[in-house]
Amino acid sequence: MNIPENLRYTEEHEWVRIEGNRAYVGITDYAQKELGDIVFLELPELESDLAAGDQLGVVESVKAIADIHAPVSGIVVEINEALEDSPELINEDAYDTWVAVIEMTNPNEIDSLLTAEQYKNLVQG
Amino acid sequence: MIPLSLKRTPLYAQHLAHNAKMVDFAGWDMPIEYTGIIAEHHQVRRAAGLFDVSHMGEILITGSQAEDMVQLLVTTDIAKLQDCQVAYTVMCNENGGVIDDLLVYKYSRHKFLLVVNAANTQKDLDWIKQHKVPDCEVADVSEQLAVIAIQGPKAEEILQPLCATDLGGLKLFCFDPTSIVAGRRALVSRTGYTGEHGFEIYLAPADAVHVWQELLRQGGSEIAPAGLGARDTLRFEAKLPLYGQELGPDITPLEAGLDWCVHLHKPEFIGQEALQQQAANGPKRLLVEFEMLERGIPRSGYPVQKSGQEIGYVTTGYHSPTLNKAIGLALIAAEFAQPGETIDIVVRNRAIPAQIGRGLFYVPAYRRRKKSKK
Repeated sequence: MNIPENLRYTEEHEWVRIEGNRAYVGITDYAQKELGDIVFLELPELESDLAAGDQLGVVESVKAIADIHAPVSGIVVEINEALEDSPELINEDAYDTWVAVIEMTNPNEIDSLLTAEQYKNLVQG
Repeated sequence: MIPLSLKRTPLYAQHLAHNAKMVDFAGWDMPIEYTGIIAEHHQVRRAAGLFDVSHMGEILITGSQAEDMVQLLVTTDIAKLQDCQVAYTVMCNENGGVIDDLLVYKYSRHKFLLVVNAANTQKDLDWIKQHKVPDCEVADVSEQLAVIAIQGPKAEEILQPLCATDLGGLKLFCFDPTSIVAGRRALVSRTGYTGEHGFEIYLAPADAVHVWQELLRQGGSEIAPAGLGARDTLRFEAKLPLYGQELGPDITPLEAGLDWCVHLHKPEFIGQEALQQQAANGPKRLLVEFEMLERGIPRSGYPVQKSGQEIGYVTTGYHSPTLNKAIGLALIAAEFAQPGETIDIVVRNRAIPAQIGRGLFYVPAYRRRKKSKK
């Protein structure tokens, strides 16, 4: 299973890459495999002010629909617009394809995210 | 909730060997996809796909009055079928609502094979037995038959070297009840559920693995297994209805646009009066094709609105892999069922505009006019 050590994770299969005060957020390789071919992404509005757990976006595969949640609180400062035309990028490389960037308002929340080891235990159950 | 035991087709181990993602489909452990729904979808449109549809139910009706009995059950005038012809048709309840859609294989006036949806097999069997006429036998032969569908422009080329039937001479919706495929006895029909040329092969469960493997070997790189996921996107794109979505006990075939398989003035059938009346008054709801005008994917059950008022719901919607656009089918109030009419599809509480059309969908390969050479 592809679960990079340098990322943090949520129980709802989002990954987070921290760069300074910015959190890059995507969905995990496990999630994209479960969903199958991804055909549609609904991205958040720029400047959205989200609390951890709020809906960040929606991902739709041929057969399934799943919400993407904000793993941490903050302001949406970037969205990956390439996904509007090429949602399949997530299938091709889930960890190289972030969905949105959140400028964190409470960086302490990082500590409550899952480590790679913990996430691995979750999905291998 | 995991059902105690899912049924397995004879090809179960083959699906696992091809790394299928398996799902519970109507109580059967079935392959939803192998390499991916979209890849399998394109494989069938481009070359050929192999489907295990052994979960389908098969009901045999035999006896001197068999034709009269089937005639009473379905909306199509099956007296007009030749021997070894197949009809796509529906069974209705007294109100004209659809109990199931099915294929009727006519061996002769005394023998018919009904191929029904897996989820409805028991319900259909009960209904059919309720309407049994004297001197007719009704038998559930589902367990005695495996079914393999080979579909796509290369299907005939792949199947022919393995098949005793002259496939070029087998017309659309016709079958050979005494064919041989890869050395095994089989019924072969030119039928399918993908909008492509193709065949369905009915055979003894014990022969299914051999025939499946031989077809894959014969087809080489031109064929691959395809799962129920691609089967659904393919049938949808070709605008073929699915029971439970476009059809159901509260939807009549006239509402679903299946007028062509309702012979209102044939000898008596169940639902005839209700359907005659509906045809005379005009259905209050109709199934329409639509295309999204803005980003969003329509899904089964999404409400359809006009000027903020709910006028119906989406029966099936997808991002169409072949046409590369979001399209859907919806059952809406008849007054709005006009090509060009704009409607709204409610996606996650947002009304997204769509336009009703005609001919938006994929034209099945077997319905295309041959291009004349100039």
